[in-house]
Amino acid sequence: MNAFVAQVKAETRLLFRNGEQLLLTLGIPVVLLVFFSSVSIVDLGAGKRVQTVVPGILALAVMSTAMVGLGIATGFERKYGVLKLLGATPLGRPRLLAAKAATIALVEVVQFVVLATIGYALGWRPNLSGLLVVVAVLLGTACFAGIGLTMAGRLKGEVNLAAVNGLYLLLLLFGGMVVPLGKLPGPLRAVGRILPSGALSEAMRQAVGEVARTSRPWIILVVWATLACTASTRLFRWE
Amino acid sequence: MRYGEVTAVDGVSFTAQSGQVTAVLGPNGAGKTSTIEALEGYRRPTSGTVRVAGLDPIAQHNKLVNHIGVMLQDGGVYPSMRAGEAVELFCAYHGNVNAPTELIERVGLGDRQKRTWKQMSGGEQQRLKLALALAGRPNVVFLDEPTAGVDAEGRIVIRDVIRTLAAKGVAVVLTTHELGEAERLADHVVILDRGRLVATGTLAELRGEGQREEIRFAAAAGLDVASLGTHLGATVSEPTPGEYVVNVAPSPDNVARLTGWLAERNLPLADLRAGRQSLEDVFLRLTGNGDV
Repeated sequence: MNAFVAQVKAETRLLFRNGEQLLLTLGIPVVLLVFFSSVSIVDLGAGKRVQTVVPGILALAVMSTAMVGLGIATGFERKYGVLKLLGATPLGRPRLLAAKAATIALVEVVQFVVLATIGYALGWRPNLSGLLVVVAVLLGTACFAGIGLTMAGRLKGEVNLAAVNGLYLLLLLFGGMVVPLGKLPGPLRAVGRILPSGALSEAMRQAVGEVARTSRPWIILVVWATLACTASTRLFRWE
Repeated sequence: MRYGEVTAVDGVSFTAQSGQVTAVLGPNGAGKTSTIEALEGYRRPTSGTVRVAGLDPIAQHNKLVNHIGVMLQDGGVYPSMRAGEAVELFCAYHGNVNAPTELIERVGLGDRQKRTWKQMSGGEQQRLKLALALAGRPNVVFLDEPTAGVDAEGRIVIRDVIRTLAAKGVAVVLTTHELGEAERLADHVVILDRGRLVATGTLAELRGEGQREEIRFAAAAGLDVASLGTHLGATVSEPTPGEYVVNVAPSPDNVARLTGWLAERNLPLADLRAGRQSLEDVFLRLTGNGDV
């Protein structure tokens, strides 16, 4: 087994062994999906509730895996000297990063299959463009992984844990993931639109055919992805 | 090597040979880890040259990683990873498909394969780290405090693995703040103190360097050294209370006269050492530092 495959296998195995990671990547999105599709606490506007909820939750799933899951795991790997020791093996940084990217992709596939299946069972009938979904996921992953790695590469283990979770909550609430941006008051809506989470949920709503296509969220996503990835390569400290 | 304003290691020069165990010895904060990390390529020396297996540890790091095995002082393993998985993973990094089982048996963790890192005792963790350092069948092995926090049984296993490595021609470089470990394991000792090299050589050389005509003994504190000196025809000093040094050749005759003097006064003898110095004597004399 070559080093890359072995690393992907190890990362995936550790992730699925970790209860908090499973709760974050699958538990919370599934609960939010089922809850907001069936209970009308928040006014989600006209049409079937599930049509509005699924794309937001898909965007949330990407953010959970790429930013929180990756960020927390990497932060602790740094704290425990795992990354330092890897630096003395032939795995090398490019292959380590590739393995982490592959692991994220694998988890996202599992998330999308589970969430789409539950959504379908709840009556979700998208008119999606597969290509746009893939592009949205790739841009969103680049953007959130960049943010997660920047924080993990700079902050101490526990501080990083708290900061990433706090950011997750803010981006979730103000990023149109559960409550669509259109339902937020004016000033908050303006802020939400330029947040990476807001841009990703808007892009996802367009990709599944829920709303009309515009270029704005895609441009915002590209800008965020560029900024975040640049920051992570500049600022990351391996030990 | 400097960290900001602090010069951590200054003017240290030594060579570690293949087939030998080289111990970098010194008290805490002497610069042992900084020195070994310069060899591993983690730290760039402010000035000077470092070569490992003929390679520059930083500029040729990609090549170097195929030749070295590293055991860090702290951590290095995913907390929820099992011992068996970690060994398998590190073997895969090096393309050693068949090695994992043999390797984990070698460090005596054959029955601990299912334990995760955080379930293992300190000694088991050290043995696992040692196994990971050997996953690539390295020519040069760096072990930072390999026996720290390890129980007696684990130490025996670790020492045995280290000796076997050296016997197979591997260059082993280890750090320790324990004189006893250096004395048991090392062919070659490099003594650091406050970032400076204070001595280097084989154990025999280091002890010989300090070869003196003296007898050292321990007894009750505050003996009449003047009277004893007159009796032996030599100067006697008490450098620390209860520890005495007699500047006289350690002949059987002199030893007999010393013990005779003590017997007359009914003074029990706690320790007696004639001639050859222990590494501890050498170390204390060179560093003037009791904190080892």
